[in-house]
Amino acid sequence: MSSRGANVSSRIGVAFMTPAAVLIGLFVVFPFFWIIAVSFTNRSLLGANALHPQFVGLKNYLDLFDPATFWSQGGFGPSLWLTIQFVVLSALCGQVVLGLVLAWISRELSPRAKSLLQGIVMLAWILPDVVVGFAWFAYLDRDAGTLNQLLHGLHIPAADFLIEHPFLTICVFNAWRGAAFSMMLFDAALQSIPPSYLETADVVGASGWQKLRDIVLPLIRGHIVTDLILITMWTFNVFTPFLLTAGGPSFETDILPIYTYRIAFKSFEFGKGSAIGVIVMLINLAFSLAYLRLAQRGLRKKGKAA
Amino acid sequence: MPATLHTRLTHRASIVRVAALLLGAISCAMAQAEPVELSIACRCVEGGVNGSEARWLKQVVVPGYVAAAKAQGREVTVKLREFAGSAEQMSQQLALDFATGQGADLAEFDGFQIPGFVDAGLLKPLDEVAGPEANAWEGWSHIPDSAQALVRFRGKRYGVPEQTDVRMIFYRRDVFRRAGLDADHWQPRSWQDILDAVRALKRQDPASYPLQINAGVAMGEATTMQGWLMLLAGTGEELRDAQGRWIVQGPGMLAALDFYKTVYIDEKLGEARTQRLVSGRNRSFTDFQRGKSAILVESNWFYYTAIDPQGDFPIANRDEVVGWTKMPARTPGSAVRGQDFISVSGGNSFVLNPHSKHPREAWSLLAFMNSAPTLRRYQEFNEHLCVRDDVLPPHSEFLRDSGRELLPLTTIRPIDADYEKVSVEIQRMTESVIAGKLSPRAAMAEYAAAVRQIVGADRVVAFDLPQESGS
Repeated sequence: MSSRGANVSSRIGVAFMTPAAVLIGLFVVFPFFWIIAVSFTNRSLLGANALHPQFVGLKNYLDLFDPATFWSQGGFGPSLWLTIQFVVLSALCGQVVLGLVLAWISRELSPRAKSLLQGIVMLAWILPDVVVGFAWFAYLDRDAGTLNQLLHGLHIPAADFLIEHPFLTICVFNAWRGAAFSMMLFDAALQSIPPSYLETADVVGASGWQKLRDIVLPLIRGHIVTDLILITMWTFNVFTPFLLTAGGPSFETDILPIYTYRIAFKSFEFGKGSAIGVIVMLINLAFSLAYLRLAQRGLRKKGKAA
Repeated sequence: MPATLHTRLTHRASIVRVAALLLGAISCAMAQAEPVELSIACRCVEGGVNGSEARWLKQVVVPGYVAAAKAQGREVTVKLREFAGSAEQMSQQLALDFATGQGADLAEFDGFQIPGFVDAGLLKPLDEVAGPEANAWEGWSHIPDSAQALVRFRGKRYGVPEQTDVRMIFYRRDVFRRAGLDADHWQPRSWQDILDAVRALKRQDPASYPLQINAGVAMGEATTMQGWLMLLAGTGEELRDAQGRWIVQGPGMLAALDFYKTVYIDEKLGEARTQRLVSGRNRSFTDFQRGKSAILVESNWFYYTAIDPQGDFPIANRDEVVGWTKMPARTPGSAVRGQDFISVSGGNSFVLNPHSKHPREAWSLLAFMNSAPTLRRYQEFNEHLCVRDDVLPPHSEFLRDSGRELLPLTTIRPIDADYEKVSVEIQRMTESVIAGKLSPRAAMAEYAAAVRQIVGADRVVAFDLPQESGS
């Protein structure tokens, strides 16, 4: 009877899963393999290849890494290098560190001040992209922007942020935009640490930095890895800076999502665009594996020490 | 039980049969009386971009055609699909529409994209879509061959050209006067003459950026047409040689890039920032409108639409303060065909959607739209350079003069399926120079590598460069 029951319930389970599985298959699994397949063709929307796309083997990949064009202005090389800097600066240094600091600070605030702080940080996260993009564009404008008016009030000369420091600007922008997620995640992680640990540390006179380094960070290692994986992937794929700079000026903010957009949806070269997508996917995979190994090594070490 | 089932089934079958008969009869009757529905897609919006075109289509073309069809006993309705985005977005939309069998029956189209669309199977020759009457149309005899070339590809016509444009130098007489320059009949005869005037303007107001000649990626096709090609053609070089090979290196290209470098980097005669901003083209209009810049290389469209006293960047006393002049060759006689002056033309046309459900009616609408009487009405809404030789701009001296002087000198972009991609590379090359990132020679080398990758190494040609000077 019990085995029959299990049978029935697993069959019901399958029935319940089917719609979701079909949807995921149609919209996630199939496109995934389709992109890999298309990346080996010269498929496009315009031109002769649209009617008769041909299998071109690794040509798209070889073209991307062709030494003659790899490092050219607006080429794949600068874009890839820019994206790595963007991820390190805006995501790892920006969002993760900022999120951790915010979570650490808000721990010591009164409940009201804490919810005020977190509410403000969350706002940056939940506003729609287009609204945020436009607001920043207006905020940073050289001639009439709010920021320059404030600087003017402080007798600091006006700066042309989007032209003179475009990359720094989108880094700050992205850190501001995404810090809320890390903050929320770390906030939850910090709450999972038994207060007695920190109180004991207080009794023996540990400094704030010592507590963070020796108690907090080891305990929330798993959360940090999760955060790093998600933030890295999101930042690798974020398109919102396009609303500020459109990848320019002179390709100085031409991160991979914008590069991909130019190839796939302005030039309509679907084959080459898909190849870039596959490469980005592989890079993300490598990052994730590296993070996971880091986490496991930490766990093993901890196990040995115990 | 079986009997009932049987009767029920036969009963049901007969109901189905009757219903089918009825439906058939109705649909048959509907087919006879069914009004033909046509649609026109234009990059025009009443009260917005190309508003006068939208008003002409709504007030003249649509009612006129519907009435004419009615007189012949046909019920036709015509819908206008107004598109408010940029020209690039419009062509993206059309590509996606045509690829999925959707879209309006008639669509406004920039001719230079015809090869890409044709090779992709997204456009068909007019006579294939509409039948042989498309070739017998009276209008062809009134459209000069140079204008028909805008819509012709491999010997076939793909659309009907409506208007063309010419490119020239616009200058602010008021600013010229302040600097003591000839404000009434300025006519530079070489690039040197342009630079001399600009330097004089810069001396008069050292903080100003007197010249704008387009470059860079943000300006898009405006860089290629009113910047690069205007310079390049003045050196006698073209994008392709006589055998159709793309020229990826040459002394003319180098001279044009050096000109950009002089203007935007070495002497700051033009503001590179404007060229690189996302909204740079509008900014270049505003600067000229306010007299912040004094010389702008643009299409005649700029004069009769943008800075028209009723335009988006109005100059109330435009006719007094804005002069125009021909773009000179690098040195007299050095331009293509040995010319002293040069211009570049593009054009607007309308194409037939190959998926049109009513291709014959769509063609008759297109022919009606481009008939002389209908186009003469268009001139009342907005005077422009119509390609028909029997439809002249009725009042505007500017259009008549510039058309008469520049159309014989003009050049068009290559009708080549690779042109669009090469054009993007031109924008990248010029961007590298005006941003001060690369020297002209290095930028040209990157262009050469990129174009080689696009068209194949066997379809490019490189000419020798002069020896590098020891500077």
